[in-house]
Amino acid sequence: MTTFLIAVGTLCAICVGLSLVLVVADRYLSDYGRCRITINGGSRSLDVRGGQSLLNALGGEKIFIPSACGGRGTCGLCKLRVRSGGGPVLPTEDPHLTADERRDGVRLSCQVKVRNDLDIEIPEHLFSVREFAASVETMEDLTYDTKRVRLALVAPPEIAFVPGQYIQLQCPAYGDNPEPVYRAYSLSSDPADPRHAEMLIRLVPKGICTTWVFTRLKPGTPVTFNGPYGDFRLHDGTGEMIFIAGGSGMAPFCSILAAMRQAGNPRPTRYFFGAKAVRDLFLLDEMKRFESDLPDFRFIPALSAPDPTDLWNGERGLITDVVGRHYPDCRDKQAYLCGSPGMIDACINVLSGRGMPPENIFYDKFA
Amino acid sequence: MTVPLAVTTPGAPGGLAAQLLIIFLAAALTDNILLTRFLGMCSFLAISRQMKTSLGLGVAVAFVTTVTAAINYLVHRYITAPLGVEFLDLIVFIVVIAAFVQILEMAVERFSPALYFALGIFLPLITVNCAILGVSLFMLNKQGYGLWQALVYGAGNGVGWLLAILLMAGIRQKLKEDKIPAGLRGAPITLIISGIIALGFIGFSGMVKF
Repeated sequence: MTTFLIAVGTLCAICVGLSLVLVVADRYLSDYGRCRITINGGSRSLDVRGGQSLLNALGGEKIFIPSACGGRGTCGLCKLRVRSGGGPVLPTEDPHLTADERRDGVRLSCQVKVRNDLDIEIPEHLFSVREFAASVETMEDLTYDTKRVRLALVAPPEIAFVPGQYIQLQCPAYGDNPEPVYRAYSLSSDPADPRHAEMLIRLVPKGICTTWVFTRLKPGTPVTFNGPYGDFRLHDGTGEMIFIAGGSGMAPFCSILAAMRQAGNPRPTRYFFGAKAVRDLFLLDEMKRFESDLPDFRFIPALSAPDPTDLWNGERGLITDVVGRHYPDCRDKQAYLCGSPGMIDACINVLSGRGMPPENIFYDKFA
Repeated sequence: MTVPLAVTTPGAPGGLAAQLLIIFLAAALTDNILLTRFLGMCSFLAISRQMKTSLGLGVAVAFVTTVTAAINYLVHRYITAPLGVEFLDLIVFIVVIAAFVQILEMAVERFSPALYFALGIFLPLITVNCAILGVSLFMLNKQGYGLWQALVYGAGNGVGWLLAILLMAGIRQKLKEDKIPAGLRGAPITLIISGIIALGFIGFSGMVKF
């Protein structure tokens, strides 16, 4: 018995002792003092505590770089150009960088540790990214697995964004989720109403953030998000526009269509919405309203696997086949795609196979 | 308590210096931890493709082996042995090695960024290198070792590991993989080569008797 107690006591004492040594070592060895970060050739400079990652250092100064994985080096979104002081590229960054990016000094800001003064470049539009406090105003079931969440902004009270952009919603620690994570959602709101932010959220089985949205979020719940991010937006031109998106990929198009209605945009526009069955369709009334309000817009839902009980006279088949049937020749048209990487790649194949130049295809991949 | 820096074994030839030299040569050559016991194989197989990376990893292993052998000797002699809990040695050694590598990583990162980036991912890899734990454990079986002997025994084993991975890297750089049957490329041919090198190292056992 005594041996047992001595053994446990010894082991605990040694572990505690070593932990203390590590804590002390971390305190003194990882202290890099204050470091200066020069941004965009001196247009801004920050004085931050060294030893932390560049992503966190910038976040602490309210400059929000998009990052979906929370700094683990897996999403590859937090790329920045580091002109000097970043040290060599780490093996963790390697898979995310192309040869061109490596030559230009592009790094993952979550992997670059601030050890000395840094000289970096941040795209100007990221400076307009803000952190917003908001509260849930309404939550509306669109289908059995998709909700429309409408947030009322608290501080700052308004958001300025380009239709097509996305925000990052913070999902706080809850249940088995030990730390806050961020997930990207496209804004579906009308840009003419800057006091609200609206998203379409589809339940991902076992998804950390969507599970939180579906089980914990209620009208009145305070939430935090930052944004807006992304360069998915309408581009100039006169030819016909083809929108393709299914499920929650509809979100950016709700916003884009609302802006088109506001501006009285006369461009011919067709929106192909891919779904499995009638129960996956939603916002049909709103799409009808866009059809009557816009000079030349049509909403074309297509079902790939309708239920036997569905009364369906519309298009049938995979969305790629339906688009292919409608457009034998896409040379003078523009396409806007939003959805999973697989769906987008399949659509690009079909469209470029029908002569659409790659510079006329714009997309937002949900990774 | 005073640390017995060296315990001269009765019957060992010469003074302390000679004894330490013999311990070093025996550990590095005749009893080479990698080639006679096949410990530390995973990083040996994975990293031995290029001379530069092999040297980086080898030096790191040699350094950590040397220092942890000495630390673990002290832990055994002044903590676990007096308390009669020698059976804890295994787990305590693992914790000590892990903590030491952590501190070393922080220190290298702070004071020599160039070395830190050169060693890069090798330092964390060392934590789980079984050769290092093996050296600390085998040291306990050696009779009459003092702190100096433990330190030199660790250094000898570390240098032996470094030597073995450098030999292998030298051979693998000259190896033309396309002439090897497909099923033998990579790890299999490396294992066969290490077997042949191990046979060669038996020649040293006639040289050093300890």
